[in-house]
Amino acid sequence: MERRRFLGRMAGLAGALVLTGCDRLSRTTWFPPILDRAETLTRTVQRLITPRNALAKEYTEKDLSPTFRSNGTAEPDDEDYLALAQGGFADWRLSVGGLVEHPLELSLAELRAMPSRTQITRHDCVEGWSAIGKWTGVPLSAVLARAGVKPAARYVVFRCADPMDDTDDSNYYESIDMVDAYHPQTILAYGLNGAPLPVPNGAPLRLRVERQLGYKMAKYLMSIELVESFDAIAGGKGGYWEDRGYEWYAGI
Amino acid sequence: MPPNEVAVPGRLYKRHSLAVRVMHWINVVAIFVLVMSGLQIFNAHPALYWGESSYTGAGPIWEPGRFPGWITLPGAQWLSMGRRWHFFFAWVLVINGAAYVAYAVASRHFKRDLWPARGEWRTVGRSIADHLRFRHPGGLEATRYNVLQKLAYVGVVFAVLPLLVLMGLGMSPTFDALVPGWVELFGGRQSARTLHFAAGAVVVAFVAVHVFEVFVTGAWNNLRSMVTGRYRVPPERAP
Repeated sequence: MERRRFLGRMAGLAGALVLTGCDRLSRTTWFPPILDRAETLTRTVQRLITPRNALAKEYTEKDLSPTFRSNGTAEPDDEDYLALAQGGFADWRLSVGGLVEHPLELSLAELRAMPSRTQITRHDCVEGWSAIGKWTGVPLSAVLARAGVKPAARYVVFRCADPMDDTDDSNYYESIDMVDAYHPQTILAYGLNGAPLPVPNGAPLRLRVERQLGYKMAKYLMSIELVESFDAIAGGKGGYWEDRGYEWYAGI
Repeated sequence: MPPNEVAVPGRLYKRHSLAVRVMHWINVVAIFVLVMSGLQIFNAHPALYWGESSYTGAGPIWEPGRFPGWITLPGAQWLSMGRRWHFFFAWVLVINGAAYVAYAVASRHFKRDLWPARGEWRTVGRSIADHLRFRHPGGLEATRYNVLQKLAYVGVVFAVLPLLVLMGLGMSPTFDALVPGWVELFGGRQSARTLHFAAGAVVVAFVAVHVFEVFVTGAWNNLRSMVTGRYRVPPERAP
């Protein structure tokens, strides 16, 4: 009986120590990078076994969510953006630059005149929920083809109109690699469920990367930049949430 | 005194191989971390749904609210850190589990100790009654797993944990693109999330019963056998 009580107490004590230990490890600088090796492993394995152009499942009209949930920014807190929205985005331009042969400034009308793709896909948020929407937009590959990507380019960086806090330069941004950039379902969407993209969902233009989680699909796009590395951009992790500890590779 | 290879009541004998002991404790750590970081991830959207999407107009099938911080990892609301722990130890669980299955089959541990023998299936009813009355075998009988124990181990290793991993992967948008339509066999992505949670609950229930049995059948003896490999065979039970 003594032994049993002793064992029980030891187990309780060990449990408490392990818990505080795990919390403390999470706050060190050296431990999380060890956990992050799993991200590299997951990305490598998923990329290895998934065909480059394997498509995310496409659904039918009857699967559509009645309203497509807005998450994160619902209306950018930015005067310039609000002025553009006031004018129906007539003066909005998407700039395409960085490692390209021909930098571009594309209006919404020009984007709509380009080849388009409509897809009904499932949006999976990192929080755990899913919603299904019908997206219409121009394949990113078409925009990249027009700009002429230089061979040194390895990532596409998306810069957004929405500041995430009061500090300067807190705007949302994201990045994907060339595998996802040229994927047939990677589009710059200007339409949702047959109507122009609403402001809460990222008007006038948002990214769709259907084989990754929602936070990769930047809203309120202002510019696209082809880069060799994103080390020097903001926190250096390739995205707003990535700079705050989320995985750059959000395929899982 | 070196442990006996053959079991004699009242004496120590070698019960668990080094491989089984090492993999068992790796598993303890992995499941501990996976359950707690899993609850952390659940807390980011504490509702479960059936079907492909969460927004069909039907609403959630279960909405328990957030789990308290003392059973989540990390303790505070911190989704990104929970995911990092979860995916690291998911790999640990999968690699350790694959190694265990390979070992169990190759060493005949599976056939010898885990899969119920032909005549054993008929003893399930009696075994349930014995468990409910806390009647535990003594003597040499205690050196073999009883039929319920075998079924629990086989069920967790070959059914619950594989389902758990598969449903975890079912939540991965890249994995869903790899094999189109497979996650629909389980009802869709949100169903996969719900089943992942349910299978996790089964694992927690298994661990609770397992630890309970470890205690009521001789905590020290059982614990030693899983650390040093040596188990003292209990004396024959009086009839």
